[in-house]
Amino acid sequence: MSEIVLETRGITRDYHIGGGFFGKGRTVHALKGVDLKVEKGKTLAIVGESGCGKSTLARIMTMIDAPTSGELLIDGKPVEIGKKGVDPEMRRKVQIVFQNPYGSLNPRQKIGDVLMEPLIINEKVPAQERRERAMEMLLKVGLQAEHFNRYPHMFSGGQRQRIAIARALMLRPRLLVLDEPVSALDLSVQAQVLNLLADLQEEFGLTYVFISHDLSVVRYIADEVMVMYFGEAVEYGTRDAVFSDPQHEYTRSLFAATPRADVESIRKRLAEKAA
Amino acid sequence: MSNKNGALLDIRNLSVEFETAGGTLRAVDGVSLSVDAREVLAIVGESGSGKSVSMLAVMGLLPWTAKVKADAMLFQGRDIMNLSPAERRKIVGKDIAMIFQEPIASLNPCFTVGFQIDETLKMHTNLTSRQRRDRTVELFEAVGLPNAADRLSAYPHQMSGGQCQRVMIAMAIACDPKLLIADEPTTALDVTIQKQILDLLVSIQVEKDMGMIMITHDMGVVAETADRVIVQYKGKKMEEADVLSLFEKPQHPYTKALLSALPENATGDRLPTVSDFVFDEAPQTGARP
Repeated sequence: MSEIVLETRGITRDYHIGGGFFGKGRTVHALKGVDLKVEKGKTLAIVGESGCGKSTLARIMTMIDAPTSGELLIDGKPVEIGKKGVDPEMRRKVQIVFQNPYGSLNPRQKIGDVLMEPLIINEKVPAQERRERAMEMLLKVGLQAEHFNRYPHMFSGGQRQRIAIARALMLRPRLLVLDEPVSALDLSVQAQVLNLLADLQEEFGLTYVFISHDLSVVRYIADEVMVMYFGEAVEYGTRDAVFSDPQHEYTRSLFAATPRADVESIRKRLAEKAA
Repeated sequence: MSNKNGALLDIRNLSVEFETAGGTLRAVDGVSLSVDAREVLAIVGESGSGKSVSMLAVMGLLPWTAKVKADAMLFQGRDIMNLSPAERRKIVGKDIAMIFQEPIASLNPCFTVGFQIDETLKMHTNLTSRQRRDRTVELFEAVGLPNAADRLSAYPHQMSGGQCQRVMIAMAIACDPKLLIADEPTTALDVTIQKQILDLLVSIQVEKDMGMIMITHDMGVVAETADRVIVQYKGKKMEEADVLSLFEKPQHPYTKALLSALPENATGDRLPTVSDFVFDEAPQTGARP
C-alpha cells in the first residue's frame, strides 16, 4: 500500500461578489465538491478551460486559500487554514510553480537570492550552507554556477521556468503543484522542461499535481487525469482509462477540439477541403 | 494580376535588422515567400525566429529603428515597400488585414467594439453611417457573435477572450481583404475556443476566396489549417513544403526535431529535444538574447 500524499474530500469554494451601489451581491460556486487522492511519486493532471476552477483548486491545495467546506489532507494530516493557520512544516511540504516565468520572479532579485530566500524564511541554516544548497539546486535544474549572481531579465523563458522550479524545490517538498508550467514556452523548450520535471520526480520521489489545458502534454506526463468543468470533476481516472474511453460529454468535446498533428488527419482534412 | 506568377503577395529576400547596443540584430535574414489567393500559408517557428517581424514589415508596422530590405515586396503585382505612408494606409487594413495574438490587448478599452469596427469602415469605404451599422451587425453575425445588434455597444472588457478574437476577425474582414494575416490568433485561447476560431477563419477564407498567412508556433494548428508551410528558425527559412509532405517526410533536421518534440509523438519516457539534433546553421552575427 503506497502512501497518499494529497487527499481532498468534498472541497467546495464559494466566492461572494459584493453588491455594489446598484446591484445585489451574488455567490459564485467556483468548486462544487472535489474529491481526489494522489499517491507518492505519481502525477495527477487536472485539465479544464479557463474559469473551470482549476486554479482555485491549486490555491487551496497550496494552502494559499481556505476551502469553504470540505477537507484537505496532506500526508494524511488534515489542514485547517481557515481556523488555526498552518504550521511551517506543512507549508514546506507543498510548493507551487506558476504559469508565467516572467511574472513570478522579482526583477530586482538575483537568482542566488531567489533560491536562498525560502531557506532564510523557513530554516535556520548558516549562510555558507544556504549558498551551497542554492548552488547545488541551480546545477541540478540544468543551469550553471555563473548564473548565481544574475538577474531574471538575463534569462530566457525556459531558463526562468527552471529557476522557478529550483526555488520550489529548495525546501525539499513532498508535493509540487505545477500551474500550467509549460504553456508559455516554445515547443523545444517545453520538451526540455518536461524532461527536467521527469528527472526530478525520479530523483526526489516527488508527487506532482499538473494543471494544464494541453491534452498532448497531459497524455505524456500524467498517471491519473481529472477533467474539470464548471467547478466539478466530470471525469477522473487513470490516464489510459480517460484517454481511451472518455465517459463525459465534455471530455469528448475536449478531445475532439485538440488539434491533431498526424499525417492521417491532415490527409483527411485536405480530402474534405478538396471535396 | 500583372506579375508573372500571379501570386497575391510575393516577397523576395526580405531582411529586417535592428540596431541594438550589442550590435546589429538580424531578425529576418533573407526570407522569400509567396502566397496565392485562396491559399493558406503557415509560418512556423519559435519565439525569436522572426516570423511576426517579417509580417509586420509587410504591414509597415515596425518601429522606425527597423531597417527593412528586400529585393521585392509585391502585393497583387504592386510594389508596397516604397509607398508613401498615406498610400500604404489605403492598402493596409483594407486589402491586407491582420489579426493579432492578444485579442483583449489589441482592442481599445475606451471605445465600444461597434465604434472600433465603424472606424475601419469609415476609413476605407464610402458607406453612410446607417449602412456601416448594418454592415457591422452583418459582420458580427458572420463571425458568430450572439445578439449581434446588442453587442455593438459592448466594451471589450465585457466580452470573453474568444468573443474579443471574433470581434478582431470581424474587424479584419470588414473591408473584404484579399489577404488575411493571422499572428498566433489562438494562442491565448482554450482548446475548444481555439477549434471554433480556427474553423471560423478557415471557413471565411474559403468563402471569401482570401489568401491567408497563419503565423504560429503550434504544429497542431499548422496541421489543422495550412496548405503550405514555411519553417523558420533564427530569422532564416529552414524548409518550405506542402503540409502533407512536411509532416510525412520532413527534410530539414530542425523540422524533424520540432516534430519529434511534440509530446504526442513521444516514444520513450523522455522527449527528444531540439538540442539533441545537430544541424548546421550558419553562425549568427550580432547579439541574440
